[in-house]
Amino acid sequence: MSALHDFVKKFEPDHENKFLHTTYDAFYTFLFQPGEVTKGGTHVKDGMDLKRLMVHVVLALQLLYVFGTWNIGHQHFTALGQYPGLLEGFHLKLVYGLVKMIPIFLVTHVVGLGIEFIYAAKKGHSVEEGFLVSGALIPLIMPPDIPLWILAVSIAFAVVLGKEAFGGTGMNIWNIALLARVFIFFAYPTTISGDEVWIAGMEKLPETGAWVGQQYGGIYSFFDWIFSGLGASTFGEGGAYMLSAADGVTGATPLGLAAKGGWAEVTQYYSTDQMFWGAIPGSIGESNKLFIILGMFFLAVTKIADWRIIVGGVFGFIFCSLLMNAMAPDVFTENTQGIFKFMAIPWYYQMIMGSFLFSIAFMATDPVSAASTPTGKWIYGFMIGLIGLIVRVWNPAYPEGWMLAILFMNTFAPLIDHYVFQANIKRRAKRGAELAAVRDELITEKQGRMDILTPENV
Amino acid sequence: MGSMLKNKGLYALLLLIAISAQSQAAPGMSNLLFYGLAALAMVLFFFLIVSVADNLMVIEGRQSGADRTGANFSLFPKANELFGKKAPGYLDDEPVYSLKKGHDIPLEGKATKKISTADGVTRYAVQPPNFLGLRPIPKVTVEVGDSVKAGDVIFHDKNMDRIKFVAPVSGEVLEVRRGAKRAITEVIILADKDQQSRSYELPAADADRATLVDFLLESGVWPFIRQRPYNVVADPEVTPRDIFISTFDTAPLAADLSYTVEGRMDAFQAGLDVLNRLTDGLVYLGLDGRGDEAPSPVFTEAKGVQKRYFRGAHPAGNVGVQIHHIHPAGPKDKIWTLNVDGVLTIGELFLSGRYDASRLVALTGAPMAEPHYVRTHVGANVGELLKGLVINKKDGEAVRYISGNVLTGQEKNEDQFLNFRDNQVTLITEGSEPEIFGWLLPLKQRASISPTIPVLTDHLEVTTNTHGEKRAFVVTNDYEQVMPMDIYTQQLMKAILVNDFETMEGLGIYELVEEDVALAEFACVSKQPLQSILRKGLDTMREQG
Repeated sequence: MSALHDFVKKFEPDHENKFLHTTYDAFYTFLFQPGEVTKGGTHVKDGMDLKRLMVHVVLALQLLYVFGTWNIGHQHFTALGQYPGLLEGFHLKLVYGLVKMIPIFLVTHVVGLGIEFIYAAKKGHSVEEGFLVSGALIPLIMPPDIPLWILAVSIAFAVVLGKEAFGGTGMNIWNIALLARVFIFFAYPTTISGDEVWIAGMEKLPETGAWVGQQYGGIYSFFDWIFSGLGASTFGEGGAYMLSAADGVTGATPLGLAAKGGWAEVTQYYSTDQMFWGAIPGSIGESNKLFIILGMFFLAVTKIADWRIIVGGVFGFIFCSLLMNAMAPDVFTENTQGIFKFMAIPWYYQMIMGSFLFSIAFMATDPVSAASTPTGKWIYGFMIGLIGLIVRVWNPAYPEGWMLAILFMNTFAPLIDHYVFQANIKRRAKRGAELAAVRDELITEKQGRMDILTPENV
Repeated sequence: MGSMLKNKGLYALLLLIAISAQSQAAPGMSNLLFYGLAALAMVLFFFLIVSVADNLMVIEGRQSGADRTGANFSLFPKANELFGKKAPGYLDDEPVYSLKKGHDIPLEGKATKKISTADGVTRYAVQPPNFLGLRPIPKVTVEVGDSVKAGDVIFHDKNMDRIKFVAPVSGEVLEVRRGAKRAITEVIILADKDQQSRSYELPAADADRATLVDFLLESGVWPFIRQRPYNVVADPEVTPRDIFISTFDTAPLAADLSYTVEGRMDAFQAGLDVLNRLTDGLVYLGLDGRGDEAPSPVFTEAKGVQKRYFRGAHPAGNVGVQIHHIHPAGPKDKIWTLNVDGVLTIGELFLSGRYDASRLVALTGAPMAEPHYVRTHVGANVGELLKGLVINKKDGEAVRYISGNVLTGQEKNEDQFLNFRDNQVTLITEGSEPEIFGWLLPLKQRASISPTIPVLTDHLEVTTNTHGEKRAFVVTNDYEQVMPMDIYTQQLMKAILVNDFETMEGLGIYELVEEDVALAEFACVSKQPLQSILRKGLDTMREQG
C-alpha cells in the first residue's frame, strides 16, 4: 500500500500550476485519505467527512440506477410491442438502457466536475464533493432522450450560477440538480414535458403523425454481432411502428392521465403494481417506488438525510391530499372536469404516481438548501408536501409539482430558520426570567439558614 | 431518540399499509381494506387526542416548575425509562437533569486507581497563557536565581495588578521563557526536595467580603476562579450572580474526581464555605448521576450549596452545560466557575494556612502501558512526569502528549508543562499515514457518531488523523446530536464569522466557552475549528462590550 502511495506521489505536480495541482489533489484525496493530523482544537476527529457523507447518497441511488437503465429499454421495447415480459429480451433492454444512460452520466460529470475543478483552481481551494451527489441525481431526473447539449447547458447553468456564483459547495440557495432540471423545463420545455418524451427512441413522423421506433445502427450493430454470435435475440433493423393507444400503450405518464380523467383513466393503462414497481414511462430514476423507499430508509437510518424533512413531507402530502378529497365531488357525472377527478384520488394512490417519494427522499433532504433547524425542517418538509401536490393537481400547466415546490421552499428555508432563531432567542430569554424567579426563592431559603456564611449574615 | 423511533415506526406502518393496499386492491376496493383503513384512522384519531392531552399535561407540569425534580408528567413512560437503565436509588429525592444528547468517545487507556509518586519531577512552571483576559506580557516580580516558597508571588497582570499569580512549589526560579512578540510563556521553578509554603495570616471567620477578596487575591488562589462570559480570570470588582462547580468530568479518559477528593472532605467544605461568602447568590454543585453508585460523600454531603445531579454522556460534566440547565447566564450576568482542584486549594489554605498546589493527575491514553494516577503539583513538567513509564509506539508513528483531554487539551512536548487547571495527561498516537480509500472503507479504528461507522469496541485506539479535509458548513444535523443545550451552534458560528453581534448575543454566545463546543468540533463533518471560531467571537464581544 505504501508502494502504491509512493507511486501516486510521483505524479504530484508542483504548486506553480494551480489547475493541475487541485486536479491532482482531488484524485489523490479520492484514492487516499490524507495523513493530515489535527493541529489546535480537538486532537481526535470523527471518522465522517464530506466525501463519506456524499458517497452514501450515491450508494442509496444505485438500485435506482440499475432499475432505471433496464426500464429505459423495457419501455422502448414495450411500446414497440416487443418483449412485453419483464425479463424477456433482458440483455437488449439493458444494453439499450446503457447506451442511453452512459452518455447522460458522462456529460453530467464531465461538465459539472469540469466546472468545479476550474473554479477550485481559480479560487485556490480544494475540489469540494458537492457535485458527487448532484451528478448522481441529475441523470435520474432527466427523460431518457434528453439531447446531450441541452443537458450540458443546463448543468453549466446550475453549477455556475446556482453554486459557484454563491461561493461553492455549502453556500448555494437552491438545489443544484433541480436547478438544472428547471432550466431545461423553462428553456427547452418540449424536451422534458408532454407525453412524447418519456419513452426513448421514438420519433413522430411529420406526415402521418404516427410513431416509429428508431433504426438500430452504429453501436447497436456491434452488440447485434455479439448477441447473434451467442445465439441470443438481437436488436435487428428497427424502425418499426409503435402500437397504438388502443392496444394499451401510451407515452403518457400516470399524472398526465390522471389530470384528464382521474384514477379511472390511469388504471386503464397502468395497474397499481406497475406504478409501484416502476415499469412505466417517466424520468429515468423516479419510477420504482420500492427502491426509492429503501434508499429513503437507508439515508434516514444512517442520519445522512434528516428524517424530519421526509416525515414532514409525507404529512404535508397526506394532509393536502385529504383536503382535496374533501373538496372533490362525491359522484362523477359526464360533465365532471378532469381536475375534480384528479382531486378525488386518495393519497396512497397519489403517492405512487409521479415522483413525490423520490423528491422528498433525495431532493428535499439536501442539507445545504433545506432549512437547518429541527423545527424548521418539519415546516419545510410539510410545506413541500403541501405545495407540491397543489401544483400537481391544481395547476394544469405543470404536470408535476415537486421540482417547483422544493425550489420554492429552498428560497424560503432561510426565512423559516430566521423565525426559528427568533423564537429560540425569545424562548431562552423567557426561560432565563423564569429561572431567575426560582433563584430568588432559593436565596430566601438560604438566607434563613444561619449556618451558612454569606456576605449578608457575616 | 425515543420520539424519533416512534415516528419512524409510525411512518413505516402507514407506508406498509399503503403498499399492501396497492398490491391487493384491484380498481374496486375490497370491504376488508376499507374497514382496515377506517379502523386505522380511528386509532390515529384517538392517538392524536390522547397525545395532545398528554402534551398539555406535560406543559402544565413544566410551567408550574414541578418537573424540575425530573419527574415524568406524561401518561406514557419516556423511552429511556422503558429501555434505558433505571435511575439508581440514590437519585430518588434529588433534582436530576437527564441529558439525552452528547457522546462518550470510547477511548482505550483509562487510568486505573493506583497512585504513584512523581519523584522524577523537578521542574514546575507558571504559564501566563493559561489565564485568559490578561495582557500578553505580565509584570514578573522575581528574577532568575531567586528562591521562592510555594505561594510566593511570581507575576501579576499589568492592568489588574491586584490579581497575583504564585509559585506552586518552593524552589529556585530557573528560567523565564518567552514566545512570539516576547510574550512570557513560562516561568520555570526548580523544586526543592523539602517543600515549604509561605505562611499566611488568615482573615477572621466573620470578615467582610472586601477583606476576604483582598486575602484571596494576595494569597494567589484567586486565579482558580473563572468568570463567565468569556471564561476569563474573575474580576475582583465584580460580585457574581452565582458560583458553579462541576464535581465530575465526562471528557474522554478524564480523571475520576471522586477519587481525587478521597479523604479531603474538610478541605472541600472549607473551600465551599469561602465561596459562599463571595456571592449574594447561590453556590451550585453539579454531581454525577450516571453511575450505579453515588459519587463521593465529599460531594453528596457538602453543606450550604445547591446540589444538582446530571445524567447523560459527555458534555454533561461540563460546567457550562450544567449552568445552561440550572440557570443560564444572561447578557448582563457574571458567573464564576471553579474546578474541584481549585476548591480544594482554597479550602486547604483556610484549613491549614498553606498554599497547597498538589494535584492528582491521571496519566491516560492507549499508548500508556499502565495508565494510572500520579501525585504531583500544578504545572509539572510533562517529560519528567512520564519519565521511566512504558509508552508503546504503533506503526512507527510518534506519540502526542496532551495536557488535558483529547477534546480541549493542548499539545505539549517533553520540555513543556502541564497547564494550570489540568489534572490529566493524554497520550495519543499520531495518524500521519495516508489510508487508501479511507473515506470509503475505513479499516483503521476511528471514533464517530455516525451510524455509517460502527464502533464495536469500548477501547478505541484512535489517532490524531483528521479523517478528511476542512470544508464549508454543509451538514446541519451533526452538532445537534452532541450539544445538550438549547443553542443553534451552527448558526452561532456563522454569526461569529460574519461579526453579527446582535445574533451572536441572541443565540447565546455568552453561555459558551471552548470546552462546550469541543464535542461538536469533534463531530463536525466539515472539520471546522469551532473552538477557535468561538474564541474569536468571545474576544470580539469582549472588546466591544
